Amino acid sequence: MTRDTHARPLLEVRDLVIEFPTRRRRGTLTAIDHVSFDIAAGEVLGVVGESGAGKSLTGSAIIGLLQAPGRVAGGEIRLDGRRIDKLPYEEMRRLRGRKIGAIFQDPSTSLDPLYTVGEQLVETILTHIEVSPQQAREMAIELLADVGIPAPERRIDQYPHQFSGGMRQRVVIALALCANPQLVIADEPTTALDVSIQAQIIKLLKRLCHEHGTAVMLVTHDMGVIAEMADRVAVMYAGRIVEIGPVQSVVKNPKHPYTQGLMGCIPALTQETARLRQIDGAMPRLTDIPAGCAFNPRCPHAFDRCRAQRPELLEVDAGRTAACWLYQEAATATSPAPDIGAAWRAERAPSGIRMPSHGR
Amino acid sequence: MTELRDTIRNAVADSVVNRPLLRVEALKRYFDVSPPLLERLLGGKARMTLKAVDGVSFEIDAGETLSLVGESGCGKSTMARLVVGLYAPTAGRVVFDGVDIGGLDRRAMAPLRRRMQMIFQDPYASLNPRWRVREIIAEPITAFGLLDGRQVIRNRVGALLTQVGLTAADGNKYPHEFSGGQRQRISIARALASQPEFLVCDEPTSALDVSVQAQILNLIKDLQQQYRLTYLFISHNLAVVHYISDRVGVMYLGRLVEVAPARSLFHSPQHPYTRMLLDAIPDLEMTGRQRTPVAGEMPNPITPPGGCSFHPRCPFANSRCHTEVPAVTRAANGALVACHAVEEGRLPDHVRTAPEQELRPLPLAAAACDGIGR
Repeated sequence: MTRDTHARPLLEVRDLVIEFPTRRRRGTLTAIDHVSFDIAAGEVLGVVGESGAGKSLTGSAIIGLLQAPGRVAGGEIRLDGRRIDKLPYEEMRRLRGRKIGAIFQDPSTSLDPLYTVGEQLVETILTHIEVSPQQAREMAIELLADVGIPAPERRIDQYPHQFSGGMRQRVVIALALCANPQLVIADEPTTALDVSIQAQIIKLLKRLCHEHGTAVMLVTHDMGVIAEMADRVAVMYAGRIVEIGPVQSVVKNPKHPYTQGLMGCIPALTQETARLRQIDGAMPRLTDIPAGCAFNPRCPHAFDRCRAQRPELLEVDAGRTAACWLYQEAATATSPAPDIGAAWRAERAPSGIRMPSHGR
Repeated sequence: MTELRDTIRNAVADSVVNRPLLRVEALKRYFDVSPPLLERLLGGKARMTLKAVDGVSFEIDAGETLSLVGESGCGKSTMARLVVGLYAPTAGRVVFDGVDIGGLDRRAMAPLRRRMQMIFQDPYASLNPRWRVREIIAEPITAFGLLDGRQVIRNRVGALLTQVGLTAADGNKYPHEFSGGQRQRISIARALASQPEFLVCDEPTSALDVSVQAQILNLIKDLQQQYRLTYLFISHNLAVVHYISDRVGVMYLGRLVEVAPARSLFHSPQHPYTRMLLDAIPDLEMTGRQRTPVAGEMPNPITPPGGCSFHPRCPFANSRCHTEVPAVTRAANGALVACHAVEEGRLPDHVRTAPEQELRPLPLAAAACDGIGR
């Protein structure tokens, strides 16, 4: 896991904008609004947010599977220094699978029910690697064994419906990794699975990506999965990244008020909670994203500037940036950064009710 | 005679605090999943039975929240439907406030139905898209004849909507105009409309985002305090269950394997399956605690393993577990557990919470911090 800090990151996303044309007079909806991030080789970047925050859309733009009428309206995506957002269809198709693998949420819809698991694996291997069909089959069996499927020589000739949900997701992982890609986009890979199976799949993904040195963009709504697997995490809200940084510090000491609210919403297992902290309201629809900071109507700290002007990502901590005017104000006033978590606790805690402590 | 006895017992029980509001006794529900008759006759295929709920007993006191937790296919939703009488039990009894609801016909059941209501998982499927919210919420009121007069009912609906955090004016809208969380609030308002004492919540927050989930869970808790409601709460999410419950029942393949007060279940889980479930939850606290590797998958419920159905996945199973179904016994900490190993005392103690000083940074995350300086 050693890496040269001056080397180019494996994936660079710069000012990505994704728009959807609408029939109404407003013209277009901006679903992804100037999103930028990097993923280094071998790194796991978690992307977390609520439904509609734009996390899956970002993932599908990277693998070039953005569904029409959605379109990349600005910015660029580079893999290994090469721009991939404007590639012609055929070239992108060759890249997909070989350089970038994908794992989707529902394992039963990402496999073809009419072909055996072996046929699907062999076809994928033959597409990307120059081997004989016999060698491809041997590789497929090896892959199945690698993802923890018992008796792979026998299972390879079975159809997807003969596999359980967890086993199917293992097959999907084998498919994604069969050409040894540099980057895997894992979109909610464990959401459809039971908790005990989820733990197995996370462990497997972690092991395989570590062994192969594969970088992962892990898209999920589950902070627990992120904490378990990611090196860094990007928190998305209404089409923008509001906070990005090392997973330890974001989870334990979130800076953006939205991240703080999100962490407080999650019931803790190891301590008694009298009442969950809640963020009132809901994420705005794309049609009426408020002016200024998109979170301002729900934010307990919002002031005039938040309602007028949109905050940019600003470094708030080592290797961590957050898009929030509170930190900007603090930086220009050269005063110490405010402990806005404490302010929230004071504001929200009715007397006599214990709030979940922040510095978990 | 029995009726008289019941009446007297109820009258006596009324004066006692915390008598069980709901009692479930050796409840079973089997489903016939056999192949069609012709295939059985010509293809020689056998009849098959799915034992969705197979001998479950528990009690819920008035004002208490009991949660049932387990993985998909363990029978927890079937349990919810049995309790409110949407399924008839194959065997066993559901006793609500002293009355066995299994033997009741529609008419006798009606007054009990008013007292027990249900909140479903999917707020998109459980509200009629062609009805205004006002009509949806008013339906239980008119169906049970609780109030008379348009204006009176309209006021009551407005009050219910305000109660769940919406406004009276929202009553004129249709369900599609609301978000998932708001729809779940409407479902709750509808459930409250008949002034029930007992609510069955079947995965009420599973379809919701985490920030909305927190709002709904808080609402459910507030309403319980306000109206002294009794809840049967069904969920697969252990963190949610930990937050909401007084007591927790863990189900595996149609049976209850452990029932304990929430605090002791999460602090010192007894049954190996409960331990496994707790270990499987992603570690948000990032204590780096040691987790027992999770093995295997849930077997096919049509052909469950003999003996204790958890034995193929259990690290502590011995020959007795393969042949003999464990009975429910009381463990040392007071939990009800169905496990031979617990009963024989051959299970090691399980420490879940890592001590504070064991906090250590993950090496991977530390490596990733380098070179991000943007």
